[in-house]
Amino acid sequence: MNAPVIIDRRRVLAGGGALIVSFSLGSALAQQPDAPAAAAPSPPGSLKTSPYLDAWIRIDANGVEVFTGKAELGQGFKTAFQQIAAEELDVAFESLKLTTADTRLTANEGYTAGSNSMKDSGTAIQNAAAQVRALLIAEAARRLDLPAESLQTADGAVIAPDGKRLSYSELVAGNMLHVQAQPTSKLKDPATFKVIGRPVPRVDIPAKVTGAAAYVQDMRLPGMGHARVVRPPSYGAQLSECDTSAVEKLPGVVKVIRDGNFLAVVAEKEFQSIKAMNALAAAAKWNETARLPKQDDLPNVLTSLPSQDTTIFERGNPAVGIQKTIEATYTRPYQAHGSIGPSCAVAHFVDGSMTVWTHTQGVYPDRQGIAEMLRIPPASVHLIHVEGSGCYGHNGADDAAADAALIARALPGRPVRVQWMREQEHAWEPFGPAMVTKLKASLDGSGKIADWNFDVWSNTHSMRPGGAGSMLAAQHMAQPFAVPAPKPLPLPEGGGDRNAIPFYNFPNARVVHHFISEMPLRISAMRALGAYHNVFSIESFMDELAIIAGADPVEFRLKHLDDRRGRDVIEKAAQAFGWKPDQKPPPDRGYGFAFARYKNLAAYCAIASEIEVNRETGRPRLVRAAAAVDSGQVVNPDGLINQIEGAIVQSMSWTLYESVTFDDTRITSIDWQTYPILRFNSVPESIEVHIIDRPGQPFLGSGETGQGPAAASIANAVANATGKRLRNLPLTRKRIKEAIDA
Amino acid sequence: MMTLKVNGREHQVDAETDTPLLYVLRDDLKLNAAKFGCGLGQCGSCTVIVDGKAVLSCVTPMVLLEGKQVTTLEGLGTIAEPAPIQRAFMEEQAAQCGYCIPGMMMRAQALLQRNSKPTDEQIRAELEPHLCRCGTHMRILRAVHRAARLMDTAEASPAANRSAR
Ligand code: FES
Ligand code: FES
Repeated sequence: MNAPVIIDRRRVLAGGGALIVSFSLGSALAQQPDAPAAAAPSPPGSLKTSPYLDAWIRIDANGVEVFTGKAELGQGFKTAFQQIAAEELDVAFESLKLTTADTRLTANEGYTAGSNSMKDSGTAIQNAAAQVRALLIAEAARRLDLPAESLQTADGAVIAPDGKRLSYSELVAGNMLHVQAQPTSKLKDPATFKVIGRPVPRVDIPAKVTGAAAYVQDMRLPGMGHARVVRPPSYGAQLSECDTSAVEKLPGVVKVIRDGNFLAVVAEKEFQSIKAMNALAAAAKWNETARLPKQDDLPNVLTSLPSQDTTIFERGNPAVGIQKTIEATYTRPYQAHGSIGPSCAVAHFVDGSMTVWTHTQGVYPDRQGIAEMLRIPPASVHLIHVEGSGCYGHNGADDAAADAALIARALPGRPVRVQWMREQEHAWEPFGPAMVTKLKASLDGSGKIADWNFDVWSNTHSMRPGGAGSMLAAQHMAQPFAVPAPKPLPLPEGGGDRNAIPFYNFPNARVVHHFISEMPLRISAMRALGAYHNVFSIESFMDELAIIAGADPVEFRLKHLDDRRGRDVIEKAAQAFGWKPDQKPPPDRGYGFAFARYKNLAAYCAIASEIEVNRETGRPRLVRAAAAVDSGQVVNPDGLINQIEGAIVQSMSWTLYESVTFDDTRITSIDWQTYPILRFNSVPESIEVHIIDRPGQPFLGSGETGQGPAAASIANAVANATGKRLRNLPLTRKRIKEAIDA
Repeated sequence: MMTLKVNGREHQVDAETDTPLLYVLRDDLKLNAAKFGCGLGQCGSCTVIVDGKAVLSCVTPMVLLEGKQVTTLEGLGTIAEPAPIQRAFMEEQAAQCGYCIPGMMMRAQALLQRNSKPTDEQIRAELEPHLCRCGTHMRILRAVHRAARLMDTAEASPAANRSAR
């Protein structure tokens, strides 16, 4: 059980162009009877970009193998994808083999991000599986000379009316599955689902709770050396001198690598490399520049930086009269992903070819970046995803992959494992960007919102690789790659403006995105991107308006929302929580409510929470939360509940405790003492998650849907408990105490 | 060379004496469960049991362990024959990424060995040194309660309840 991670390259699909199959695909893949008249021109999900069925499903004598270009990040996708394939193919769940992101084996699905995996890959696997099943039935019909309608499938075989079975393995010959997907598939009737919708236990958990190799951190290749990087002490610091001779003589040291400002050491054993790293860090002299903004003044710094301003939404109805107008500003600091396991990668450079095992969210974009950095063709770089510690967005994973590649290049033939130290992860990961929102809204005579103005200031929310310039190692080399110019992420998903457009119906509304291209701190994608702060702002402000209107927060939201599914999750969360319009919380407690539809196009989520505030210390405590979520057709209800529970707990930690700290030169929050997060003494008494299942509806991503509503629900509960509105994240005990005393 | 007793077996370890136990377990003995999280004693992901007590292996030098019994998660059970604590975590599906989980399990195991019926408050207090970034806390708590119940039932058949010393 302690075997190293096994590298499985046994079945790289033999190449070959598209072959014409010997029967009519059209009849095998007849459209669903209820398909819309104007059929979609391209197939759904990631089949759009990787249309060949055998990019997703391959069948041979060993059985059925399913491929996804997405990476398991601890969300349980592997299990969900396997359920989908088992269902649509009629194959036993346990018999399936699933291969995840690998640049030689799987489709290029870009990043595993934005809660898009179910929508992209889940949908692709579902449709590919259904179409493969149809092909197998057609092939069996041909062989048996029977009408396809008379055949059934079960347990990996096509079954004739007389009971004769033709296994899928027997039926698949040559390149039969190397055909392009049709735009629509004959999907199963959700009422007949046997595997989808069941809480199938996760396939990865047994290994993780028994100490089997489960992470890239657990990889041990024969002859592998252990590397550590010495990072500069601050952004832009220049290495002026470094006498490496003493370090080279330390026990076990194999090599010291210096390439401009990139400094690393490889040793035989892991602790030897850590000792050598410390010695190397002591020998290195750096020139630093004070270039960080004033942390205390961050909101002003951000709003006064040059910005590119775009009105992203405008709706006008001058007929509406205005009674009362209020304004408020909300802020969010830089926040850290803070993976529990520091970033890690293993790289092996053999005969001019680089293989990197990494917990990146994007093997293909990283391959491009690493190839560029090493100045070798992408075809000579092979990236294989292996699970790491949960990442919650773009953390140090990609940088560690680049570090490993650069180090391994200096030691051809020898595999090298690099892991970051805790302080490096905290100081060098790209943070979730700081943000400022300014809101102004008016109520009409009936207590409804008459107009709504929302301005958001933010950096981009993705500096993910593609090019080498996004990776620290490439930025630090003697011949460095420049950091690429940041770009705003396009709507409808958006970046800093994700969820900035209100999902409610307001007769007048205007939303302006102030995109700031200057990035004082290194930033990139963090779970939910701008939606975390935008939903926090919108949903806090909705409560401020509800209070002025004298309305119950839940009723106030329903009054402004027509969307049926949105109303359903609001009503469900309120009912599960026991929300009552005239409720009075016990002393020093407060109730809060919030709702959002993630990206205004993915999963719906509403959360009610109860907070207790210690008036002496200001300490807030989430007592309980009740959530309702609608993510379309549910594949694995327990997996979905796990994700939402986790989102609420994590968002609570961001919301109550977390901000990256810095002086004029260095990041100063560099471990768990200087960047405190939730500990067990603050874990709520209960979190209830209720799913509204929508059989047959498209999969909606849900991994990030809870972050915003959880934050606002907690902030609203704090306001309810204290009578004071806190608009600056995090809502620390100090800030709450100051508000109470003010 | 030093002799280290891990999971009931003696190992000859050739590592520098200041090497923390974590690296001996991972690097010399090729064990996976104890994880590097911070190396600073702040997160709990490296927790193992030494003579019945939960210990942060990242800040425990190997030399202090002469003659002591070290138990890691691997020593409790296997996928085929999971220990009660492992069964409990599987049954509660108490993991997201799971990186923090082995450390949590080892401290919970140490707690349950000295207190077979801990209260919810005691479990929370005990797990205070441990961080989980995925927010799996509610499930972890449920899994520890379940493990207590499973161990209780297992007591009747002691063979099924290997304990860590
Ligand atoms: S790794 Fe030992 S406490 Fe964090
Ligand atoms: S399950 Fe991921 S850190 Fe705890």
